[in-house]
Parts: sequence; structure tokens; C-alpha cells
Amino acid sequence: MSNDITRREALALGASAAALAVTGASAQTASTIKAADVPPPKFAIEKGASLRMLRPVRFVQADEDVFRANAAKFTKDTGVEVKVDFVGWEDISQQTAVTSNSGAGPDIIIGFSDAPHIYIDKLVELTDVADYLGKRYGGWQPLAQKYGKRNKSDAWIGLPFGATAGPLIYRKSVLQSVGFDKVPEDHAGILDLCRKLQKAGKPAGFALGNAKGDGNGFANWALWSHNASLLDEEGNVVINSKETIAALNWVKELYPTFIAGTPSWNDVSNNRAYSSQEISLTANGVSLYFSLKNDPATRAIAEDSEHQLLPKGQAKISPMAGLTLNAMLFKHSPYPNAAKAFLQFMLEKEQYEPWLNANSGYWSQPLAAYADAAVWSSDPKVAIFKNTMNSSYYDGYKGPISTATGAVSADYVLIQMCAAVATGASTPETAAAEAEQRCKRYFRRQGRG
Amino acid sequence: MSVTTLPSRGMALRQPSWIARLFDYKPFLIVMCLTPAIGLLTVFLTYPLGLGVWLAFTDTTIGQRGIFIGLENFQYLLKDPLWWNAVFYSVFYTGIATIGKFALGFWLALLLNNHFPLKSLLRAIVLLPWIVPTVLSALAFWWIYDPQFSIISYLLVDVLHIRSTNIDFLGTPWPARFSLIAANIWRGIPFVAISLLAGLQTISPSLYEAAMLDGATAWQRFRYITLPMMMPILAIVMTFSIIFTFTDFQLVYAITRGGPVNSTHLLATLAFQRGIAGGELGEGAAIAVSMIPFLVFATLFSYFGLARRKWQQGEAND
Repeated sequence: MSNDITRREALALGASAAALAVTGASAQTASTIKAADVPPPKFAIEKGASLRMLRPVRFVQADEDVFRANAAKFTKDTGVEVKVDFVGWEDISQQTAVTSNSGAGPDIIIGFSDAPHIYIDKLVELTDVADYLGKRYGGWQPLAQKYGKRNKSDAWIGLPFGATAGPLIYRKSVLQSVGFDKVPEDHAGILDLCRKLQKAGKPAGFALGNAKGDGNGFANWALWSHNASLLDEEGNVVINSKETIAALNWVKELYPTFIAGTPSWNDVSNNRAYSSQEISLTANGVSLYFSLKNDPATRAIAEDSEHQLLPKGQAKISPMAGLTLNAMLFKHSPYPNAAKAFLQFMLEKEQYEPWLNANSGYWSQPLAAYADAAVWSSDPKVAIFKNTMNSSYYDGYKGPISTATGAVSADYVLIQMCAAVATGASTPETAAAEAEQRCKRYFRRQGRG
Repeated sequence: MSVTTLPSRGMALRQPSWIARLFDYKPFLIVMCLTPAIGLLTVFLTYPLGLGVWLAFTDTTIGQRGIFIGLENFQYLLKDPLWWNAVFYSVFYTGIATIGKFALGFWLALLLNNHFPLKSLLRAIVLLPWIVPTVLSALAFWWIYDPQFSIISYLLVDVLHIRSTNIDFLGTPWPARFSLIAANIWRGIPFVAISLLAGLQTISPSLYEAAMLDGATAWQRFRYITLPMMMPILAIVMTFSIIFTFTDFQLVYAITRGGPVNSTHLLATLAFQRGIAGGELGEGAAIAVSMIPFLVFATLFSYFGLARRKWQQGEAND
């Protein structure tokens, strides 16, 4: 390869993946979003209202810039002051817990995926806003409905703002050198490819460490692509199943083909290994591709990289769940109408579309109409992120979302089950039984309310 | 002639005010002086500790009020292989790291106790690992142990050509465990070294002079003067060191988060993992409470074993 980069450059690039500053699509592109003529709900904004909001820190600088500009626009239009604080991804859950339990703090928090299901009793229903937005913008995508609505009801407890996915990213030239055009959709084919990549000195690498995003993404993919799941439709823990054992046996065969060290990988490890050309196949969000593309030293790697949905294996569709931004309005807010008006405003196309474009594909839309946003045609390699929220997979699949589904993910139970088998620390049967015991512990009080 | 000055009528009648008399009343004064300290201890120590212990006997989760469930959390932990693993590693981590810190720290203190050029500067440099925020040093070690970018691997593989492959410091259980212990030793040495250096400087040089006149060797001077004189401060420093090491959190959480395969969880990181990240506040509190007996035992052992030896009070050991 002519695009050799130094070790120092690779390190810097790994760090820059978390601080991507350049956007891929112009926020100024003319809108083609179709919006139905639906009368908006009338919210009598409280006199003297002001709002405080927490949300996860941006991955793409323009995310924060446009979000703040939209909030300032709302203040200008309504006179409602909005203070937006950005907090670390790992901290948002704890801050939401404190806010919820103390009944004080921000009026609105944008948490992740299942957060509204955890604090359901402390939240204001957002059905009126959600119904209006759904009718106006072509309906809510399946993943948005799953995370936004209370289980088995049409009551909206969260308002999804977008989701990010972790599909495969691979080096086209390396795959071609070992006889593949793309990653096969079947498990045997993936195993064959990974063995050949290892022999070629450019192995695959998937996080098996306590990595919230990438580790859980790999574990879920391994399970779901074997038709295994944490829960059945009724919410019973079914992780200790023959499908899980099959998945674990596959992981055990696959693991020796990985680069060394994956059981210690966190969420940035694969970015760094891929950027430095140590590996040629992993799973990641679009940020890795953009960080490579926007650095002249690594642009050639980006050009040689392709994205692909996670292979189906035995599943009917790609078993990939998006990490969803999910807004919650707390009952303790003295200004619920102002808060609802603000959330609605931020998801209207005049505000939402520039924000979506500014994110360069990092977040994909929860409302169907925004699939026509310019960002999705700005770069063919980003297009596969467009349908992230059109997925039927989610944390806790196939059962109802609850506190416990989030806890299993946060406690890395499924990752550790896979890692234990991969490293030979446990047999598949033992690992599945231990994971079942831990999961049942989390789910034992679901009915208590 | 003598002149007697009679007190004026007003002076004769003036009595101390009731506030002044109240503050002259010793029991009241004691209570008043102790109240702020007791209040602070109650608010910042007793209440959180009491709440933690109470939570350990409930099934409280984040977002849900709990009910009293007695010893159920502890019964579960006794059957939980991960808790046993954390107990094992906490004891192992504390034991090995403490031995390492004391061996190297004492040696460093003895070196720094000598007279040499730039002595003050070197003493300040020795303190650096302790001054640097733990999370920063943890991040530095995280890079040092990185499976792909470790500077140690780089030196061994690319510069010295001693190895052909990178060292997988954190990818398998035992190397990961020892890597964390090494990081803890590095971080803990300054505390031990500086504390023991302070102790060394309290030993009168005349003792050594007398011993040298008697023909005592360097080892004998260390064995029969330095070590006995240092024993009280060794006991105190060791007690603190054991407590700090056993309750360590930041190094482990920042470097491995308890991985790989949960092999490096200390009780503190497991308590956080279960209680905060996993939302099981009651179980997390139970794990934290389960640390207390170990800490009490370690403290009593180092205190009674080292500080309360009879020879320190002029009697022979039994």
C-alpha cells in the first residue's frame, strides 16, 4: 500500500474519531422533505417559562453547533430561554437517575434507547407531540416506535431524535486479495473469510471487552444472527437456549481469527486498530469512516473502505439495533407546555433537517420523511446508515423493553458470555447458564411495578 | 497612710451575662465545641454509611423504591461466581500491590534519606505519580498496555527486535491482573516512600554512630535500629495503604472496567458495576458492605500486628 501512515498518525487518528469536526453534507442543501399539512397541537406556553436540557455530548462538532442554533431560534421565536448542557455518554444514565429519583433538575433529558422505560412513572406523556409529528412526517420508524412507546400501548413516553448504527466496515482491497468481494451473509462464510484475513496478516477484530456500543453490538449480532435472543415475546429469559449455544460455538471458532487483545477492547479500540491498518474488518459507526476521510493522511484508507449491514446469518433481516437518542420530559418540570413546544420545534423540518445533515449520517432519522434528507445522497458509503431506525431489533429483543433490558446491556452480561467462551474460560453451556442466572436476577422484579 | 479604693456601686452589682455564664459552664462548652464536628460526621459519614448498609438489605433499584429483603442480597452474592472472583482478586491485588509498594517504597525512602546533590528536586519528582490525578495515570497505563500501540511492545518488537508479536497485556486474565497491580504499585510508591522518609528522618543519627562504633554491619544497623524505629510508622502507612488499595476503583475502571471476562473486578468496581451501571442499588450496596469485614480485618492485623508489639513498650515479644 502506498498510503502508509506512521504509528503516531494512527494514534492521533484514533483519538480524532471521537472529535470529528468536519461534516459530510451541507446543511444548506435545498430541502426535499415532504411534510403533510397537519394542524400542530396548541401548547399554551407558561408565562416566564425557561427550560434546561441535558443531552449526550456530540460526536460530530456540527451536531452541537446546529443543535444550539436551533435552540437559540426557539428562544427567539417564543421568548423561552433554553439552556442545553452536553454530558458524556457514560454519565447521562447516572444523571437521569439522579434527576428522576430526586424530582429536580433538567426539564428534558435526551437519554439512550430504553431510558424512558426505566423512568416511566416520572415522565410526561408525549403522545400529542408524537402523533402530530408522525402524521406530518410520514410516520415513525419501527425502532422509534419500539423505544418511544410504552410497552403494548400507543402512549409515547419518549421522543426519539435519531439512532446510530454499527455496521461492518472493511478494506475492499484486502477482502479482494483473499477472494471476497464483500462479507458473506452466512456464518460459515464469515468464518472462512476471517481465517483467510488472518492468514493474510490483516485480521478482523470485534470488541469483546466491556464496550457499551461495539461490544454489545457484536454480542447481539452473534446471538440474533443465530436466532437466539435474551427474551421471548412474553418477557421470559430464554438466553440459555440451543440457539445461544450455537452462537457461542461459532464465536469460539471465530475468535482465534481476530487480532490479539479484543477481550480488552473498549469502544475506541477498533477505530484505532482499523485506522492504523492493523485490521481490515470490524463493526463501527460512520464516525470511523469520516475521520479517515477527513484526514489527508488516511483518505486512501477511507476510499478503500466499504460499509455493509451486519450479515444476516439465520435471521431474516440484518440483525442490527440502533443506539437511539430518546428525549424525556420530566413531571417535575414547571413548564411542560414549553418543553413540549420545544421538542416539537426541534423535530420540525426547518430545524431537524439541517441538524440531520450536519451529523453526516452519524444519527439517522426516526421519522420516515427525513429519509429524503440530503445527507443520505451526499456519499454512497454513508447511505446504508439511512435505515438504521427501520429495524425490528432492539436491546431486549424479542421481549418488552424494561429496566432490566437496559441493565443487562449496561452490565455487559452478553459480551462477557461471549468473551468467556471465546477465550476458553468457560464452555458454551456454562457461560449460557451463568448469563441466564445473571439475567434472571435483573428480570426478577419486572412485575412488581 | 493607706488609701482604700471602694468599688463603685455599679461595679459591685455587675454580674456576668447569662450567655457568658453559659459558656463558662464546662459541659455546655464541650457540647458546643463538639456539635459542629459531630454534625459534619453525621451528615457526611454516618448518614451515607448507614444508608449504604440499609440499601444492602433492600432490593432498591435505580428508578424503583425497594423493600426490606433481609439477607437475600448477601445470599445471592455467596452463590455468585463473579463476587467470589472479585473477593479473590481484591485480596490478591491488595496483597501483591502492598508488598510491592512497601518493598520499593522503603528502598526508595532509604535512598532518598542519604545526602546527595539535587536531593530536594529528586524528592519532588518521586512525588509526581501521586500528584497526577489517578484517571490521568490510568489513561497513560491504558496506552502503555494497549494491545496494538503499547510503547513496551513497540520497543521490544520494532526497536529491539526481541519479540515478534505485541504483548497482550490486558486481553487475558492473569496478564491483565498483574498489569493492574503494576500500575497500582507505580502509583502507590510515592505515598509509601515519602511517608517512610519522614519516619527515617526522625531516627537520631547518634544511634547509628553508636552502632558503627560497636562494629555493626549495614544490615545489622537496618535490622536492629531502622526497622524497629520505623515499625510504628510502617504500621500506620501500611494500614492506610491496604485500605486505599483494597478500595481502589479508578485504575481498574479506567483501564479494564473489570475485564477481560470479568477477571479484574475488584469489589469496588463490581459494586459500581452492579449498583450504578446495572441499576441494582441494593445489590451494589451489599457488595460494598461486604468489603467492610476485609477492611476491618486488614486494619486490625496491621495495627495489632505491627504497632502494638510489646517490645515497643520496652518488653520482649512473646
